[in-house]
Parts: sequence; C-alpha cells; structure tokens
Amino acid sequence: MSAVLTATIYDQIEDVARDLYIRALTDIPKDVRIGLKSAKNAETAAQQKTAEKVMLTVLENVRVADEKAMMVCQDTGLPIYRVRVGNQLQLDMVEVKNRLKIGAERATRDYPLRSNTVHPITRKHTYTNTGQGMPVIKFDFVEGDTIEIQMAPKGSGSENMSFLKMLVPSEGIKGIYKFVLQCVFDSGANPCPPVIVGIGLGGTSDVASNLAKEASCFRRIGTHNPDETIAKMERELLELINQTGIGPQGLGGATTAMAVNIEWAHTHISQNPVAVNMQCWRGERAGAIIDADGNVTRMD
Amino acid sequence: MAEITLQTPLTEADVRKLNLEDTVYINGHIYGIRDATQIRIFDEGIAPPTDLTGAVCLHTAPGVRKLPNGKYEKICIGTTTSTRMNRFYPGLIQQYGVRAMVGKGGFLPDTIEKMKELGGVYLAIVGGAAALETLQIEEIEQVWWEDLMPECLWKFRVKNFGPLIVAIDAHGNSIYSRVKQNAAEKMKAMGLG
Repeated sequence: MSAVLTATIYDQIEDVARDLYIRALTDIPKDVRIGLKSAKNAETAAQQKTAEKVMLTVLENVRVADEKAMMVCQDTGLPIYRVRVGNQLQLDMVEVKNRLKIGAERATRDYPLRSNTVHPITRKHTYTNTGQGMPVIKFDFVEGDTIEIQMAPKGSGSENMSFLKMLVPSEGIKGIYKFVLQCVFDSGANPCPPVIVGIGLGGTSDVASNLAKEASCFRRIGTHNPDETIAKMERELLELINQTGIGPQGLGGATTAMAVNIEWAHTHISQNPVAVNMQCWRGERAGAIIDADGNVTRMD
Repeated sequence: MAEITLQTPLTEADVRKLNLEDTVYINGHIYGIRDATQIRIFDEGIAPPTDLTGAVCLHTAPGVRKLPNGKYEKICIGTTTSTRMNRFYPGLIQQYGVRAMVGKGGFLPDTIEKMKELGGVYLAIVGGAAALETLQIEEIEQVWWEDLMPECLWKFRVKNFGPLIVAIDAHGNSIYSRVKQNAAEKMKAMGLG
C-alpha cells in the first residue's frame, strides 16, 4: 500500500531541513529546559554557589535567546539529520538526500549561520556547512505514511569528547562503568556540563558509535531504555557521574550530567564495545513530521 | 568570592589581586582570538597588528555579517574550548602583555605555572551562553587578518561582560585542578578509578 504524495513534498522536505537547523540553534528542547531547571535546583540545594551562578546564567541565556530570537550558542555545529521514512511513501531517496543538503545550505546562507565545515587536512572552508559526507544523514525505514526528520547541529566542544573502547567480555559491567567514568573525567569542563552522556553498547565499533550518538542527541531527558537491565545501568551511572563533583562547566557542583542514555545492539561473543558521546547542556535538537499531503507537525 | 568590575587595559597588579571563585565583569575592550590567530602569531612568527598590552582576550570565532561599509555586524558571539590553545597563553603574556584570558575549559599545569610566573589569569565564562555574550558586546570595532575568517583578530567593545569566574589565578591555583583531584579521589573510592 502506498500513499499518494503531494507534488511539493520535496520542497517541503527542503524547507523543513532549513527550518530545523535554525530552530535547533535558537529554541532549546522542552525536556532539556526541564533538565536545566532541575540542575539549577540541585546546585541551590547543595549550596554550591559557583555552580548555582553558572546555572542561573545558563537559564538567563535561554530566556534571552527566546525573548530576542537569538542563537543560544555560537557553535552552529555539524548538521546531523536523522530521518525515518514510512514504508507507504514512495519517495525518491536520492532526491531526499539532495534536498536535506540544500536545506542546510539555505539555513547557513539565510540566517546567516557561521559555517564550520573544513577539509580535514587543508582546513579549507566550504562556507556552506555542507561538503563531502556533510550533512550527516542517518536514514531508517519504518512502517507508516509519514517522514520524520530530526536535526541536531552537533557542537564541537562536546563532539571532541567522543570515545570508543573495545572492551573484552570478561571486563563485564564494571569495565563499562570504569570506562564511562574515565570518559567523563577526561572530558572535564570541555563538553560544557551539565551534559547528556550518550552510551552505545554492543554491535561493531561503528554501530556502537552510532548508538552513542543516538543516545546523546536524540533520546529525550527523562526517558529510559525499555530494557530494565539497561535502564538500571543508566540510573546507576548518572548517580556515579554526579558523585564525581565535576559540576556545571567543570567548576565543581552536584550536576555533571543531566542524563545518561544507553542504546544497545547485539554483539560478538568475543567483543564488548562501548562508545561514549557527550552532548552539551543546550541539548540542541529540533524535529518535524511531514505527511503525504505535505502537512508539517512540530516534534518536541 | 568577591564581585569585581574591571576596566581595560589591566595591569599586572589588577590580576594579581584576583582570587579563585571571584566573579569579574569587564568594561572596555576584549580581543577575540582562536587557533588560527595564534598559529599565525607564534608558529608563523607574525606579531599582532595592534598593541595587546594589558589586554583581555577571548577564545572565540564569532558569527558575523559583513556590512556594505566594511564593518561587521554581530550575529552570535560565543566562547570555544581553551584547552586546545593551552600552549599559546604564556607567549601572549610574556611577549605581548595580555593579562587575562577568557574562555571555557581552562589550561593545563604547564601554563598555570607560567601564569603564576608572568602574571596572568584565566576567567571562565559560561560556555554555550552566547546570547548573553553577544548582547554584552556593544560593537565589533576592528578586525585584522580577515583571511582567517572567522578566526581573525577581533576587537570588541564590551559593557559589563560577565559573569566571569576566576578559575585560574596568578598564584598557581586552579579550580579545574582542584575539581579533577577531588573527582579522581571519588572514583577511586567507588572502586572505579
């Protein structure tokens, strides 16, 4: 069964790709706002004066960005589009890819957004926030008659704090905890804590990294992995990470992480891969759902 | 934990007086620099085209729009991670007289030692809070080395720029080192260190 597509569907995908890039940078997601307020309250309760001042400044910044329609942070990141396409839509996926890229370029030109994309060796700028392999596009195909697009402009302070370790099975859960804590410790102030810690377990090395990114950028704060064993690990790791006292901006305090999110895949009998990806406090993300008639619904 | 407003340019005595966790606000001028700016100064040996004596510098690469009259309009000015640029700060103090560095993430022990010797401080801004930062910058007054865009040398006029937390003082103390040491002890106690 396939849905009849409106003639303008590709234009709409392009517009949504453009709009989401700008919205992700100017409008902090609802779940993140709640996380930031909880962090401020935790610092007040712990009588951590510097940390409390940091969190008050963060909240004031979010308020000012709302009021004046400004960007929350100057890092316009590298654009990541996570796209779930319903199997009832007969879309030309090559065209979808093209339009996502054009959307990112239009956002960069129109706003204008600072462009960050450079060649890895010559460091030559493209000035479009796109280029070879950019934007990052992650497609998934699901049952349904809509296309869901989520966008994360991943900032560099947090992305530079990315880690992968191929642990051995005998290191078990303790090995995973030790590695994750070491990652948080090594990251210190750099990823702009309080962070969202994304963890990918299992799969091959690339799958683990991909799952860590899904966990850091696209899972909502306050949600838990449906697998109770994994959910328990999320709770325990959050508790342990916050006991380190690294705190907001690495200046000490009760909240180093607002959330620990774990995603997993089956792996090999002789492997125990763990990937960690940090997301900074702004938790930048925006999403929309487009149906076959071209109606666009905002996703929070 | 005093609250102090400083007017630029700063003297060595101004920064020697600051203690860890003091809150500082800056009035006057701040110079924006980043990786490429400092690679030009130190690795290519090209002196900055303006006097930085007593300057406050900021680790940034602003988002701007160039106007027809050649001036730059601010769009979003925020702060990047300083640790990457750790090796440059002692040279900025010693050769060019920069007295305070504003950034996020801090510097490493070798630079902290040099800051004590040469008289420099590190002021932590709240990373990611660029909307406030942009509003506290009144104007982009001058830009040098536009070929490095956006990593040029920028001169900003600022008003009540802050809050900035004294995170590394001019006496060898660092909040980051203290926090890290404490965290390492906690991890050891958890049996996970």
